[in-house]
Amino acid sequence: MEGMAIRLQNLRKTFGRTEAVAGVELEIADGEFFSMLGPSGSGKTTVLRMIAGFEAPTSGTVELAGSDVTRLAPFERDVHTVFQDYALFPHMTVEQNVAYGLKVRKVPKPERLKQAREALASVRLADFGTRRPSQLSGGQRQRVALARALVGRPKVLLLDEPLGALDLKLREQMQVELKAIQREVGITFVFVTHDQEEALTMSDRIAVFNQGRVEQVGTPAQIYERPATPFVAGFVGTSNLLTDDAAEQVVGDRATYSIRPEKIRVLKESALADEPRHSRATGTVAEVVYLGDATRFLVDLDAGGRLTALQQNLETSSEDVAAFRGSRVTLQWHQRHNFRVPGTR
Amino acid sequence: MTDTAHAAGPVRRLAGILHRRPRLQLSLLLSAPLAWLVLAYLGSLTVLFLSAFWTTDAFTSNVVKVWNTDNFTALFTTDVYRQVALRSVGVALAVTVLCVLIAFPIAFYTARIAQPRWRPLLVVAILTPLWASYLVKAYAWRLILAQGGLLDWLLGPLGIKGPGYGLTATVLVLTYLWLPYMVLPIHAGLEQLPANLLDASADLGARTGRTFRAVVLPMVLPSVAAGSVFTFSLSLGDYIAVQIVGGKTQLIGNLIYSNITLDLPLAAALGTVPVVIIVLYLLAVRRTGALSSL
Repeated sequence: MEGMAIRLQNLRKTFGRTEAVAGVELEIADGEFFSMLGPSGSGKTTVLRMIAGFEAPTSGTVELAGSDVTRLAPFERDVHTVFQDYALFPHMTVEQNVAYGLKVRKVPKPERLKQAREALASVRLADFGTRRPSQLSGGQRQRVALARALVGRPKVLLLDEPLGALDLKLREQMQVELKAIQREVGITFVFVTHDQEEALTMSDRIAVFNQGRVEQVGTPAQIYERPATPFVAGFVGTSNLLTDDAAEQVVGDRATYSIRPEKIRVLKESALADEPRHSRATGTVAEVVYLGDATRFLVDLDAGGRLTALQQNLETSSEDVAAFRGSRVTLQWHQRHNFRVPGTR
Repeated sequence: MTDTAHAAGPVRRLAGILHRRPRLQLSLLLSAPLAWLVLAYLGSLTVLFLSAFWTTDAFTSNVVKVWNTDNFTALFTTDVYRQVALRSVGVALAVTVLCVLIAFPIAFYTARIAQPRWRPLLVVAILTPLWASYLVKAYAWRLILAQGGLLDWLLGPLGIKGPGYGLTATVLVLTYLWLPYMVLPIHAGLEQLPANLLDASADLGARTGRTFRAVVLPMVLPSVAAGSVFTFSLSLGDYIAVQIVGGKTQLIGNLIYSNITLDLPLAAALGTVPVVIIVLYLLAVRRTGALSSL
C-alpha cells in the first residue's frame, strides 16, 4: 500500500498466560506524528517493541513501507528507537554515541563525524560532543538519544515515553521541539505515552490502547470530542459522565453521556436565562479547586451523579471562588456538547 | 514515652556525645581495623622486606643480622631465579586468560540467558566447588591426570594422551581452582548491564558480534579485570597445586617455601618478587577503572 509507513495486522503477543497485545490493527501513514496512548500495561510499549523488532509477535504481521518485517532482527529494520531511559552507551562520549549507528554502517570517519556534529547541533548540543552521558542532565541525555536515533535518517522513529523522566517545564519545551523536528525532517514518528495531554498536543493521530486492544484511532479532536468507547471518554480528558437516571432527567435519554468540563457554565441557582437548546442541571458545589488560570467546580447534581465544570478565572480570584463551596448552582451547556458514548445504553 | 526520651542514661549520653563529634565516632570505628591493617599486614610486609637484607650462616643455617644486598643481587643474577619468576608470571597469565575464556560464556548464560528464577541456584552451583577443600580438589586432579588415569582413558579413543604431570597440568588445575573467582565478577557485571543498551545497539544496526565487541565487552571489562586480580594473584602465590600435579615444575612459591627453613633471608627476598609483580599488576588494572567499582 502506497504512503503507508507501518501496517500492523492482527498483532498478538502473549507472555506466559498474559495477553499483552490482543489483536492490534493499525496503519500509520508516511510522515505522520502518530501517538499510542494508554495506561501502563495497556500493550502500547509491547506494540512499539514489536515494530522495532525487540519482541517477536506471537501471531500477526508487521509491515514497514509495504514489506513484511515480522521475522527480521532489529538491525535489519530501517527503524530507530528513542528509549524511555535513553539507553546511551555510558562508555562512549556523546559524539561516539551519536556516530555509533553510522560507524556500524561503515560510513567513513570524516563523514560520520560531520553528520554526528550536525545532529548534535540540531538538538542544540554542539559543544557537548566530548562529554560522557553521565555528565549530562536528563534533558540533555534525552536530546542526545534523539540525535543518535535521527542521525541515520530512518524511515520511522519510535519514541517510548521519551519525555517521561523530565520535569514539567522541560517536558513542555521538548514537546514543542520534538514536533518542530518531526516537521522539519519529515520522518514518521510513533510516540508512546500515557500522558493524554502530551498525545493531544503533539499528534496528527492517536490510537488509544486499553488491555492490549486499540479502543479508538483518530485525530486529537476526534478522540477528545467524540470518544468511541466509555474507556476513551474516561481516559482522555476529565471523566465527566452522566449515566442512567441523571442522563434521563438532564438529557432526556437513558444512556451514558460525556460532557467536557470546559463546556459547562456555572450559574447562580436563581439564574433563569433559559436559553434554547441548552441542557441544565441544578446541584450543590461539593468542592472548588483553584488552578490559577481556571477553577474546577465539582458539583453533586440533584439528579444524581457528579459533574466537573471548568471556568476560566476571567474576573474571579481565589477568595471569590472559595465562597462557592457548598452553594447551590445551576449548570448549563449547549446540547451539542452532550456526547452520547457509543456502546452504552 | 516522654520520660524515656529525657532520661539520659550513660549509653544514651555517650551516643549523644558521639553524634556531636563525628570525627571521634569515625576514629573509634576505624581504630581496630586500622590497627589490624598496620600491625598485622603492613608490619609483616615490612619485616619481610627488612629480613631480605639479612644473611644466613651457611654452616648452621642461622639468620645473621648483617645488612647487605647479597640476596637481591643473587635474585637478579641467578638464571634459575629469573626463569622461575618468569615461569610463574607466565603461569599466572595463562591461568587468567583461560579463566576469562571459560568464565565468559558461563557467566553470560547464568546472568542473561538462564531463566531469572534459576540464576541464584546457578550462582550457588558455581560457588559449590569453593566449599570443598583445596587439597581434595588438587589430589582429585592428580588422579585424573595420572598416567593411565581418567583423562588418558577419555582421550585414548582419540589417539591422544593426557598432559601428565608438569607445567600444563599445573595451569589446568589452577584454572579449575580459581575459575569461580572469575565467573562471579563477570556474572555480576553482565547482570548489571542494562538490557536496553543491547536493544539500542541492535536498533542502530549492529549485529550480535558487533554489539558484543562494542558494548558488552567494554562495559564488562572492569569485571573481568576484577576477576583477574583474584586469578592472577592466587596463581602467582600458589605452591601446593604445583607440588601435587606439577611434576618437577618449580614456581616462585616453591622456591620461597623450600628456602624458609634453609635460608630465610633469601626466601624473604624471593617473597618480595610476587608482591612487586602484584602491585604492578594492580596499578595496571586500576587504569581500567575496575578497582573503583569493587
